[in-house]
Amino acid sequence: MIRLLTRDLRLAIRAGGGFGLAVAFFLIVSILVPFGVGPDRATLAPVAAGILWVGALLACLLSLDRIFATDHEDGSLELLATSPVPLEALVAVKALAHWLTTGLPLTLAAPLFGVFLSLPPSGMPWLIASLAIGTPALSMIGAFGAALTVGLKRGGLLLSILVLPLYVPTLIFGADTVRRGIEDLGPMTPLTLLAGITLGAIALLPFAGAGVLRVNLR
Amino acid sequence: MSFWEYANPRRFMGLSDRLMPPLFLLSGICLAVGLIWGFFFTPDDFRQGSTVKIIYLHVPSAMMAINVWIMMLVTSLVWLIRRHHVSVLAAKAAAPIGITMTLMALFTGAIWGQPMWGTFWAWDPRLTSFLILFLFYLGYVALWSAIEDPDTAADLTSILCLVGSVFALLSRYAVNFWNQGLHQGASLSLDAEENISDVFWFPLLVCITGFVLLFVALVLLRTRTEIRSRRLHAISLRERAA
Repeated sequence: MIRLLTRDLRLAIRAGGGFGLAVAFFLIVSILVPFGVGPDRATLAPVAAGILWVGALLACLLSLDRIFATDHEDGSLELLATSPVPLEALVAVKALAHWLTTGLPLTLAAPLFGVFLSLPPSGMPWLIASLAIGTPALSMIGAFGAALTVGLKRGGLLLSILVLPLYVPTLIFGADTVRRGIEDLGPMTPLTLLAGITLGAIALLPFAGAGVLRVNLR
Repeated sequence: MSFWEYANPRRFMGLSDRLMPPLFLLSGICLAVGLIWGFFFTPDDFRQGSTVKIIYLHVPSAMMAINVWIMMLVTSLVWLIRRHHVSVLAAKAAAPIGITMTLMALFTGAIWGQPMWGTFWAWDPRLTSFLILFLFYLGYVALWSAIEDPDTAADLTSILCLVGSVFALLSRYAVNFWNQGLHQGASLSLDAEENISDVFWFPLLVCITGFVLLFVALVLLRTRTEIRSRRLHAISLRERAA
């Protein structure tokens, strides 16, 4: 399993793997938004938290179809499925690799983009905490969606339609954590709920993902 | 006689053939009586005026939008556990009806909201969760139509329905957390002290009955169409092989 993880990471880092894609997309969003809504601090600051979260979510969505599709195309997914590693673990490891290449860099880069969008300093630790806790759920849900659409020729659009409503609770609690953190209104409540979603997703979705992979590889 | 016998499509066709005409007739009578009674023979509300009458379309369609999803969840589970073919076809048949009901609830709500709240749309928890429900329906139908092999499609959509139900429930309570409501609370609870007046309640009850019956009849009709198209497909495959 560790070897599978390092393999996925190596594939992602090497050319065309889309390692920088998510961060680059995140960068584009946070640079373009001030052009769109104006450079005024008073207009940017209240929406900064929401934009950063939406940007993170879209950046995550962008790289989802790579989780299983490339492995399915070159046939390595069948080999992985026949290996002694259970399929549930495979899904979990794939989601972890996706998180390490998108969620983690996003979390680390978020403070910088927060400055671009003039996010108030009091919200900064909450932004990092909510992204660190929330993005694993995004990767896990995304891995389920990617497993669902792996057999389709052009599953990209379908994948985003399927995954988008599943992301709603995560987005709500994530953005709310930062908003409450700025206004000092008890951000621990949404943060713990967010952690609950993440833990629930990690506990249950590998089984659902493995179930749909089995159907797709039948 | 048991529910499982109707996993045999021929038995299902036989039963539904006998059930459908009375169901359509009954639902037609209920809807006609309920809507005419509601629209023409109930008084105007003292504050909302005649706009209150949209309740006879809004409330039943909103109820059905949720109940259709629950029915799809149950039939999907039955398919996953017992490989009951008719069951999963019923879920497939019900999804577009669910979309229609959701859209109807959203539209009638918007039409009512414009004079009453002064806006067609507000990011109110109930409205938002209906929009999310609409997205779930859309994804479910899109997945069905994207996959060619019927059994694969049935398995995948059933699992999607399962996972989607959990997240739909989560979203339902997450949006409560996210924004305060503009929509009024439940007005039909059995245990509430203040409900809507009986003058509005009885025609509404007739309308709800009509909607439920219409839904059952439509699901039977659409499931029969699905079974027939499967048979046609099988016949054409056999002819091509011969």
